[in-house]
Amino acid sequence: MKAIDYSQLLGLLAPEVIVVVTALAILALDLLVLRRTAMKARFLSAAVLASTGCAGSIYWIATLSKPTSLLDGMLVTTPLTHLVQMVLLVLAILTFWVAVDSTFTRHVGEYSLVVLFATSGMMLLTSTQNILLIFISLELLSLSLYTLTAFKKDSAQSAEAGLKYFLFGGISTAFLLFGLSLLYGLSGSTNLSRIALAFQKPLLDPLALVAMVMTAAGLGFKIAAVPFHLWAPDAYQGAPASSAAFIASSSKVASFFILAQVLLIGFAAGGNLGWASHRPGWLPVIEGMAAASMVLGNLTAIVQSSVRRLIAYSAVGHAGYMLLGILANTRQGVSALVFYVVTYALTTLGAFAVVSVMEERCGGDRLADFAGLSRRAPLLSMCMMVFLLSLAGVPPLVGFFAKFYLFASALSGDDGTHSLLWLVILAIAMSAVSLYYYLQVLKRIFVAAARENAGAIRVPVVTQVVVCLLAVAVLALGCAPHLLLNYIQAAM
Amino acid sequence: MLAWTIYISFLAVAVLVLLPRGSTRLARHVALSAATAGLVVVIASIARQPPGELVTVAKLPWIPSLGIEYHLAADGISNTLLLLTGIMAVAGILFSWNLKERTREFFAFYLALIGGAYGVFLSFDLFLLLVFYEIAIIPKYFLIAIWGSTRREYGAMKLALYSFTGSAMVLIVLLSAYVLAGGQTMNLSQLASFPFPIHFQMWAFPVMFTGFAVLAGMWPFHTWAPTGHVAAPTGASMLLAGVVMKLGSYGCLRVAMTLFPRGMEPWGFQVLGLGSWRGVFALLAIIGIVYGATVALVQQDFKFVVGYSSVSHMGLVLLGLMTLNRIGMTGAVLQMFSHGIIAGLLFAVVGRMVYDRTHTRELSVLQGMHLSKAIPFAAVTFVFAAMASVGLPGFSGFVAELQVLIGAWAAFPLLAILAGFGIIISVAYAWRAMQKAFFADASSNSADPEKPLQPISIPERLGASLLLATTVTIGIYPQLLLKIIAPALNSPLFEGLRRVAGR
Repeated sequence: MKAIDYSQLLGLLAPEVIVVVTALAILALDLLVLRRTAMKARFLSAAVLASTGCAGSIYWIATLSKPTSLLDGMLVTTPLTHLVQMVLLVLAILTFWVAVDSTFTRHVGEYSLVVLFATSGMMLLTSTQNILLIFISLELLSLSLYTLTAFKKDSAQSAEAGLKYFLFGGISTAFLLFGLSLLYGLSGSTNLSRIALAFQKPLLDPLALVAMVMTAAGLGFKIAAVPFHLWAPDAYQGAPASSAAFIASSSKVASFFILAQVLLIGFAAGGNLGWASHRPGWLPVIEGMAAASMVLGNLTAIVQSSVRRLIAYSAVGHAGYMLLGILANTRQGVSALVFYVVTYALTTLGAFAVVSVMEERCGGDRLADFAGLSRRAPLLSMCMMVFLLSLAGVPPLVGFFAKFYLFASALSGDDGTHSLLWLVILAIAMSAVSLYYYLQVLKRIFVAAARENAGAIRVPVVTQVVVCLLAVAVLALGCAPHLLLNYIQAAM
Repeated sequence: MLAWTIYISFLAVAVLVLLPRGSTRLARHVALSAATAGLVVVIASIARQPPGELVTVAKLPWIPSLGIEYHLAADGISNTLLLLTGIMAVAGILFSWNLKERTREFFAFYLALIGGAYGVFLSFDLFLLLVFYEIAIIPKYFLIAIWGSTRREYGAMKLALYSFTGSAMVLIVLLSAYVLAGGQTMNLSQLASFPFPIHFQMWAFPVMFTGFAVLAGMWPFHTWAPTGHVAAPTGASMLLAGVVMKLGSYGCLRVAMTLFPRGMEPWGFQVLGLGSWRGVFALLAIIGIVYGATVALVQQDFKFVVGYSSVSHMGLVLLGLMTLNRIGMTGAVLQMFSHGIIAGLLFAVVGRMVYDRTHTRELSVLQGMHLSKAIPFAAVTFVFAAMASVGLPGFSGFVAELQVLIGAWAAFPLLAILAGFGIIISVAYAWRAMQKAFFADASSNSADPEKPLQPISIPERLGASLLLATTVTIGIYPQLLLKIIAPALNSPLFEGLRRVAGR
């Protein structure tokens, strides 16, 4: 075995190292120096420092150019993983700026530390093809997210959400670990591509089926696909707004990416895992999950009266659409998935930023609290309209093109057999349903009259800027999708 | 140059959004000047464009890796509908002149809808067309939900969901066709020349046609139309009937029939006497004509009469399209134009001139109000509009409906007779509404003499004259439009249609 080149390893891991060092620096600064200063100043300095660190990390990633694979797939970097890591870092920066004006905690240093640890966990997660490292970094991510969910210590709801998330997450982790251990037992390797090689047998091994279903269940939890979605509404509702935004955006990106990696690389082997000769065996499992997520998520969202829960259920629906990109089982499918999940993350982050302002200023995220918002905060309302309509898939916002591209690649992935046509039809029908509940929110904002004695809302400048930036990004990417698409396609 | 119609509209939307709150007068003038500028651009380009040619307005790569282009072009059919959009935009703003509440936002949504409509009529890239088609949905929702009247939130949501479901059906077929053709182009003429297999066309055509026809008010998917029209504020219902329904019928002709002409070929067997999708849709069109007219005959709400009459008249458009012969299809396109103008005029009278003054649309209440004396201008306008609507010679409706009927006689003689019945019923409901609303004997309960109705304002007079002048001009000299519509239908784009029709 070749000796490890530590300098190369350090060079490749430098982005993660930078993030972790930044986290520690923020913690030190906050605990040692800023202890007695105003909350806003502490959040602001954390945000500035974190942005600098993340930007440095992005810069470092940008200089890493050639694809590398170290230690038998432990550390695999390709242009695509670089792209996803950069997106994760950008989302982390935005999360910090959304949190600047919040008041949910006095432990700014710890909060920032956990967010950055989660980010580094996600970065590792994207750049490995080894099931052991996948598991470890997934745990780093999950534990950080549980903490973030329960971070609002004076709120019982937040604690409840954290506990629920933790319990469900713990069980699903157990499933995942069991599935991964079976994979290792069956193939004798922890490397995804070797696992795939070991499975090239003509018949479906029952153990392999169990391993596959377990793995899909464990990862399905992370992406909140039905039937593993039950944590999502509670976590989205109970968590502090910036945590919820982080869970809904960053962790979605990383989880979908790793799910795609595991399924498309680990279970890639042509017919061996399948019942039908030409289709990999995981397809029916994921198809079922996708269909159930679309239907259940979108239909349940209709009856929600809390905007956070509404976004949570719609996220379940969106997870269903995104699974189509994996089902396509092609490179184009992956590029459509990445495009969708990235733009989705930006949009949801924006929506959560608006919700967080609403909670700080109007005391709640009920639909009724949004009544007449367009006259109380016109700019914020317009941004919310952009986000929600983009989620519904209305042009010229980016959600429309993302859906179009995703569905087109799902259809072109099936070699003219039209085996995915029914799912695409279901997805399009369900996005027509989704317009209904998004319009319910917009109806409150633009049509309903504001409560009496409700004056104009003073929106914090920073949040306003972040929200507007995101809205402009959603609009600009919708009008010129190739700005992002070219990067993704070049990275494929 | 035509592309400026789109840009002007959206620029005006941006300007309106940026105006300070409460600048009502300024907002009106910005909107009116934008709409007028759009109309001027349309007229100028039509005048310069040689008839019968497809003029490319803009063609730039947009999303190159998927073969999607920013491709705008115009032929005679587009031009006709662009002209309609321009005229309706101006007229609608004139009839919304008295709007006081949240004016700025109203006109912003209004012009966004207009911009979307211009975009649909100009797009020759199907992705682009779908983008504009869906852009038009959201402003409609807000126009109705915020400024509407009777059951406005219900009507608005129904309209939005119907439209979105319709465009979802279009999207499904479009995606399948795009992938089937290799996923390299969304260009209308390239896709139209791609030989889609017949079994694909057999399901693609009806799904896509229905998807578009939802917006054209095809029976039994018409129910959004009466409720939406009634709930909408005057300017918006003029646009709904005048322009939005045409988006649907335009899509039927331009996209569904052009891409999948073989979907109209006979199935080879008969179900209930119907042998092809063409027959099915022709039958649905006839049902719409007769049903819409019959229902309009018994309405108590003045605006519902006009709303159902729209369903009836749009049935004639769809019937004309399904004839597949030259005269029928020319008639259908002309009917789109003519119905847009006339329905707009009717809604203007009902919604603005009558309802805004009397605050009722109940025919039984209006009966006692002596409206022909109180607001004679409204009465006269309505008489003319009703005559145009029932297809009296000298108005544009006559030329259009006559052509559709001649075409239908050649294609489906039995159905043509039924359509004739529908037109006779339309005379009945128009006369009934006119009689009850304006010329009833006021023996029962007389109007309140202490509150005289406001006189008809100048913007209303201007708007009504614009629309009346248009319908009379086209009625007397239809060649103005026919000479640009007919050559467009002979273009290579409709090659497949001609082959199916056997000519």
